[in-house]
Amino acid sequence: MTAVLVDIVSGILIAAGAFFVLAGAVGLLRLPDIYTRVHGVSVIDTAGAGLMIFGMMLQAGWSLVALKLLFILAIFLMTLPVVAHALAQAALHEGIAPRLSEDRTGQDSNPDPAGGRS
Amino acid sequence: MFEGAAAAIVVALTLVVVRGIKGPTVFDRALAGNSVGSLVILLVAIVGFMNGRPEFIDIALTYSLLNLIGTLAVLKFFRHGNFAYDVDEERGT
Repeated sequence: MTAVLVDIVSGILIAAGAFFVLAGAVGLLRLPDIYTRVHGVSVIDTAGAGLMIFGMMLQAGWSLVALKLLFILAIFLMTLPVVAHALAQAALHEGIAPRLSEDRTGQDSNPDPAGGRS
Repeated sequence: MFEGAAAAIVVALTLVVVRGIKGPTVFDRALAGNSVGSLVILLVAIVGFMNGRPEFIDIALTYSLLNLIGTLAVLKFFRHGNFAYDVDEERGT
């Protein structure tokens, strides 16, 4: 009985993780510039990876494999913000203008729709 | 269950690789490379469970450490032009 319940719950978690992974990949493909893509792709490493890893931990039970999965999740949660921050900072340093719906720079220059640098 | 998740990850990998090939700036490509790393970690773990050999997790753990260093190295290279970047050197010139 308990085994069936664990199977059902982990199946739901892994299916939800697969949905979020697909959503993040579609976001990376469809969003218009680098800053929004960084935002969109972080869904893969937080919601997608988190739900999938929790689902696999339920399958693994109390074992070393579950601990290693927890380590992978911890590494994801620690390194993804670093990478996202470094990417956005490097893009800003390179002079790629964010696409804004309103002009907040106080100047007349329109942000380049192609993403700034071309 | 695991087969479906593996198929979803492979589809997501395809979309991410398309962005990596198209991606107008180098940062899009670096971001796509990082996402490929994350998805491959998940895929290795899922395939390990699918084949009944969860010990594949060790490979995923190693790759997740390499992923961070790889992305940061690419970003540093494209920002400074070399890996052995020196702050004093740039300030002096």
